[in-house]
Amino acid sequence: MNAVTQKKTIALPRNRLYSIIAIVAFILFAFIADRFFDAFTLRVFNLCAIYIVLALSLNLLNGFTGLFSLGHAGFMAVGAYVSALLTMSPQLKDMNYFLVPIVPWLHNVTIPFLPALIIAGLVAALVGFLIGAPVLRLRDDYLAIATLGFGEIIRVLITNAQPITNGAQGLKGLPRFSTTFAVWAVAGLMILFMVLLMRSSYGRAMKAVRDDELAAEAMGINVFRVKVTSFTVSSFWAGVGGALLGHMITTIDPKMFTFMLTFNILLIVVLGGIGSISGSVISAVVVTILMEALRFLDEPMNLVIFKTEGMPGLRMVVFSILLMVMIIYRQRGLMGNEEFSWDMLRGLFVKKGRKGGDHV
Amino acid sequence: MSEQTSDLMLSTSHLTMKFGGLTAVSDFNLEIRKNEIVGLIGPNGAGKTTAFNVITGMYRPTEGRVLFTDRDITGLKPHSITSLGVARTFQNIRLFKEMSVLENVLVACHMSINTGIFGATLHLPGYRARESEARRFSMDLLGQVGLGHLAYEKGTSLPYGQQRRLEIVRALATKPKILLLDEPAAGMNPQESFGLMDFIRKIRDEFDLTIFLIEHHMQVVMGVCERMYVLDYGVTIAHGDPASIQKDPKVIEAYLGVD
Repeated sequence: MNAVTQKKTIALPRNRLYSIIAIVAFILFAFIADRFFDAFTLRVFNLCAIYIVLALSLNLLNGFTGLFSLGHAGFMAVGAYVSALLTMSPQLKDMNYFLVPIVPWLHNVTIPFLPALIIAGLVAALVGFLIGAPVLRLRDDYLAIATLGFGEIIRVLITNAQPITNGAQGLKGLPRFSTTFAVWAVAGLMILFMVLLMRSSYGRAMKAVRDDELAAEAMGINVFRVKVTSFTVSSFWAGVGGALLGHMITTIDPKMFTFMLTFNILLIVVLGGIGSISGSVISAVVVTILMEALRFLDEPMNLVIFKTEGMPGLRMVVFSILLMVMIIYRQRGLMGNEEFSWDMLRGLFVKKGRKGGDHV
Repeated sequence: MSEQTSDLMLSTSHLTMKFGGLTAVSDFNLEIRKNEIVGLIGPNGAGKTTAFNVITGMYRPTEGRVLFTDRDITGLKPHSITSLGVARTFQNIRLFKEMSVLENVLVACHMSINTGIFGATLHLPGYRARESEARRFSMDLLGQVGLGHLAYEKGTSLPYGQQRRLEIVRALATKPKILLLDEPAAGMNPQESFGLMDFIRKIRDEFDLTIFLIEHHMQVVMGVCERMYVLDYGVTIAHGDPASIQKDPKVIEAYLGVD
């Protein structure tokens, strides 16, 4: 009996120790990356962080609350534009708005990045709330179609509100605020937020709504309110993610925020596991890196036996295949709805070489 | 007499539910007093579950009213009705399938934890206190019905009978005054059914409850119900104590058919 209790008390801090080591190691790695990586690699590294934020915000909706929404790009656009307009200097705005001048009340607004980022999230959340309140009365496919429609409507509105958004020309020269520190700090915050939310009674309520709406309602959960809350919070983080993306690429235009962007994020969520925080994180990193690493497929290839002209989009075929394989062999994604734990990792090694894992 | 009316827990007057041309429940008048165990029986498709759904707010009745104690709850949303103290279970088990036994019960405590999403996410002290209170309460509840040792198992991995019990416990966790059970013995063999009926009597006494239950098999409810209503094609064909129901020619006709 003593041995059992001892083992337990040792196992707990040990796992915590691993986590601390992993986090410290990652922070060190981020510092090294920031200092020594070339611009392109660093950008991919930082893009991972942004996709973590975006994937988790979509997973909150699709995976944890069971609401199949396809309007994510719209909320990202709102965030990206709000943050861009709030941070660009008046001179920069003059340079951008050469066709139609910018509305006067926006012309002289220039605030620091952090408040702009928060306001971007809040405005996206407000838009999410306004859209969510009517749309969330729909279910399943109908909800997906309606959110898809609203996502496009936002994009079309942005394209046509030329005095505010500069229309189809987009905005250029956004301040490069998305530093390694900024994006990974937000990603870390997002992961922490999701973990805490899912451990709270609100997270349970969301999962209950996902598992069985009728039963959740009979348990006294205001299902509609939970859905709207989830939608609003998800929109907030989509706005923040969109803003980070804008300040990384430094150029935004409405064409950036089409359904394809939503699809990319959805791909990450599905591959990682619908309803898994760690799955989304792992998948966001892997997919982002692959998206760049597979770029050679789009270019002309010379494989001795056959030559190909450049085929833009070929790398997306790889993801389509990956998605199909995943759906056939592992319907629930990489992690299912499980979360990563050190014990799981240990289990993986023990299975491989039964004795090898014992000393861990 | 006046004392009796103040005892009234749940009542309906002229409750009617129509789906298009079909009248699923017509002119249903129910009176349940505190601490009673009342049964609602009838053949398949008689409108028993519809009556439940109307009472618990899943459907809005075409006509008539539902009163809980002396409060009109007609047309309220299901979650509001639950928060007033009317809990229910479902005919086909509706557990939250990805959750553990304990979590299933904790979901029902969401109402009583009742902090905003920010307090809950940030695990502020106020939330923490209520969450740990809810956990203690849920574990106690599970212990009381003999599911304590299974708290961390997945709800849907339990054997059928225990899943039924869990569904009842989950409903109890909303701290109801009246519990509506929709065919709690469905799919059970006679022995399990009788065990369940004992269980129902036990929770009535322990939690000071009033119980309204639907049952399909007359024999099972005869022992546990003090009064019962019999529905057939949406019409109340009889009500009274089990002994008189058993002898009622209309009931026999509805159940066995008549040449």
